[in-house]
Amino acid sequence: MADLSTNFLGIKSPNPFWLASAPPTDKAYNVERAFEAGWGGVVWKTLGEAGPPVVNVNGPRYGAIWGPDRRLLGLNNIELITDRDLEINLREITEVKKRWPDRAMIVSIMVPCDEQSWKAILPRVEDTGADGIELNFGCPHGMSERGMGASVGQVPEYIQMVAEWCKQYCRLPVIVKLTPNITDIRYPARAAKAGGADAVSLINTISSIVSIDLDNFAPMPTIDGKGSHGGYCGPAVKPIALNMVAEIARDAETRGLPISGIGGIQTWRDAAEYIALGCGTVQVCTAAMTYGFKIVQEMTQGLSDWMDEKGYATLADFQGRAVPNVTDWQHLNLNYITKAKIDQDLCIKCGRCHIACEDTSHQAITSMVDGVRHFEVMDDECVGCNLCVNVCPVDDCITMVEMTEGTDPRTGRPIDPDYANWTTHPNNPMAKQAAE
Amino acid sequence: MTVSETSDVKARRLSSADYADNFSDIHPPLTPHEALVEADRCYFCYDAPCMTACPTSIDIPMFIRKIQAGNPVGSAKTIFDENILGGMCARVCPTETLCEEACVREAAEGKPVKIGLLQRHATDTFMEREQSHPFQRAAPTGKKIAVVGAGPAGLSCAHRLATHGHDVTIFEAREKAGGLNEYGIAAYKTTNDFAQDEVEFVTEIGGINIENGKALGRDVTLDQLASDYDAVFLGLGLPGVNALGMEGEDANGVVDAVDFIGVLRQAEDLSALEVGRRIVVIGGGMTAIDAAMQSKLLGAEEVTIAYRRGQEHMNASLYEQELAQTHGVVIRHWMMPNSLHVSNGAVTGITLERTELDASGKLSGTGETVTLEVDQVFKAIGQTPDAGPLAGADIALEKGRIRTDEARRTSHPKIWAGGDCIAGGEDLTVVSVEDGKIAAESIHQALIG
Repeated sequence: MADLSTNFLGIKSPNPFWLASAPPTDKAYNVERAFEAGWGGVVWKTLGEAGPPVVNVNGPRYGAIWGPDRRLLGLNNIELITDRDLEINLREITEVKKRWPDRAMIVSIMVPCDEQSWKAILPRVEDTGADGIELNFGCPHGMSERGMGASVGQVPEYIQMVAEWCKQYCRLPVIVKLTPNITDIRYPARAAKAGGADAVSLINTISSIVSIDLDNFAPMPTIDGKGSHGGYCGPAVKPIALNMVAEIARDAETRGLPISGIGGIQTWRDAAEYIALGCGTVQVCTAAMTYGFKIVQEMTQGLSDWMDEKGYATLADFQGRAVPNVTDWQHLNLNYITKAKIDQDLCIKCGRCHIACEDTSHQAITSMVDGVRHFEVMDDECVGCNLCVNVCPVDDCITMVEMTEGTDPRTGRPIDPDYANWTTHPNNPMAKQAAE
Repeated sequence: MTVSETSDVKARRLSSADYADNFSDIHPPLTPHEALVEADRCYFCYDAPCMTACPTSIDIPMFIRKIQAGNPVGSAKTIFDENILGGMCARVCPTETLCEEACVREAAEGKPVKIGLLQRHATDTFMEREQSHPFQRAAPTGKKIAVVGAGPAGLSCAHRLATHGHDVTIFEAREKAGGLNEYGIAAYKTTNDFAQDEVEFVTEIGGINIENGKALGRDVTLDQLASDYDAVFLGLGLPGVNALGMEGEDANGVVDAVDFIGVLRQAEDLSALEVGRRIVVIGGGMTAIDAAMQSKLLGAEEVTIAYRRGQEHMNASLYEQELAQTHGVVIRHWMMPNSLHVSNGAVTGITLERTELDASGKLSGTGETVTLEVDQVFKAIGQTPDAGPLAGADIALEKGRIRTDEARRTSHPKIWAGGDCIAGGEDLTVVSVEDGKIAAESIHQALIG
């Protein structure tokens, strides 16, 4: 059986599945249940500075989008950092860590952006026996209006500055949690690294309005007739998060910087994808909030079974394996040619491929042949876009088949077996000509 | 085997709760959530096969998508555009051999989208929620059309004519409008007086006047109608019932299945209906199934359908046959009636003879017989047209039914016809609705175009 244990910045956990900083990690009761269920670690819900705790709304905090059977596809929230007393949280963290020494205990922190505030809280967190800290530079609502969370995460200089304070006043490993509410994720990641942070975690939630109530014309969730933007998470955000993780993993300046991947992880497969993009651990929240803590058992078992099947003994065996295959468009092989092929035995004749291609693409799929309903790709029109594959409701009915020899019936040009990309393409005015 | 000398036909075989239970909606409507989930199964096919399979060509993918988008009222309008009796058709169509058989999900998984139930969800929602009729009449044309028969064909024709601004008078021989929908369909398929609700809904368009109790040939003549009105549509149905043609057919206990179904539909107290303990139904169509099922649900203990050919030849769909079988009805194939046993004026037994197809494909008896004790024998061996009322109007017939062209026009230039009374019909409600629609468009063209 594969070894799922992780060593992330020296923080050990029996598996890479951590619960992200959020309601599930707000108190000892939940965290105990999580550890009993098998979670490898937790990032305790963000602590604020000493004094009166923050105040949450006393109404709905979540908005959602669903599939037709109410499967939760995306969730947003207008929660703030922990609204429990700092002393209680610190005491519980200490107690839980003592009871569960083999699990990762990370503490998320968000205090005002001045040196004194950080200097004050860091030793107190360190005293709990926690394994590391995570700086919450991501929360897009409520706290950002007070000069914290995403409003810090959007300014690389602040990230660097705070990271430096943390490294100066604290012995624990420092993870900077990044906000996706920024144009280019590489800049805050570089700043975190420049500030001495040991790792980044991403993504935090995306600024969002999930829906408008068409009866009272207010965003959901609605508080007394008004709504505010919240932070978006859940399965729907995974593609955005994966891209940002990949950007950091392959950036020359941040390559090798440890990453804890977050965003829409629902199953072992999602986790494996994050790890393949270089992540050392993954953090989960929405899936747990949807189904409860038990899902971690599917995740660990699934990951382990897949690793066994592939012959990976440890996570390191495949960690980062996808990174070299993420590239820029200009480096894609323009001589790689595929054509869609429809398996007539599997085809149920819904005609989706035809109408998608006919109305919106390249008019390359028949609807009728010899007077009967028949869907077939015309190679001389097919550009290989694979829209038909994506709209076909039957698994593996339409596949993309590479042409390796002969002539492309669409262009009439011979298939060139050699790699060639846009950088050298004759139509590219910027093409770099090989020296004579 | 000896046949008993007494028959056992009586009412109140069951508790009153059992009657209510047995005759409740056989396919309860989908809940709104079920409808959303089911609607999501529709692939919104290109040139959808279900649409082609629907005799009225309802835009099925569109109406399903509207349900999915939370617009069941708009969905119902899409249905009513092509089939104003979409509510009844959702209940009585043999969807398993029409739209749902063509569904690509049937090909993929053997589980078609439940198109019939979705159609019912949309039309029920509309009729419950909407106060106004979905269509508006065009400006009055001043043209008057007579429609004979307030069944599916007549109602459909009248409605379409009314939308075009024509005035329609429907002559209906029975006390209530609805035809087959009111008198000829099993009670559990259309509960809560839906047929009458639908008649009201259809006529809400305005410009339609129904004269009940007016029979063609008795109270009005075709000649009169053809001269008093700008056009006439005949939706006469099939008023006659085929006879077994054997001795004892007039004995007590030998019943027309069509009558039995009609009486049951009109009954206010089902427990007052008499039914035998042992029943044999002769026939293989929907009427045979409906009669067998309902006699079982009224408390009959042994119900047998005897059909002279094989399962694959039955007009009732396989699904309908299974429905009857799961309700305890025994279906015996390759059996035809040979003789009736009558005692004291009542039928007490029936002898059935095994049949086979000879080398030339002709059906004949084998001489081998089975005798069953019965209290009642239901005849469900087909209905016949009645050409009597057509006399003198010079309308060409074909095998006793009215001949029409593709536009449902008869040989008489002012008379159209549709539904079961025309040649080549399929004896389906939905086909009758389509006939009425086609005829109405043709009449409209003839009068205005």
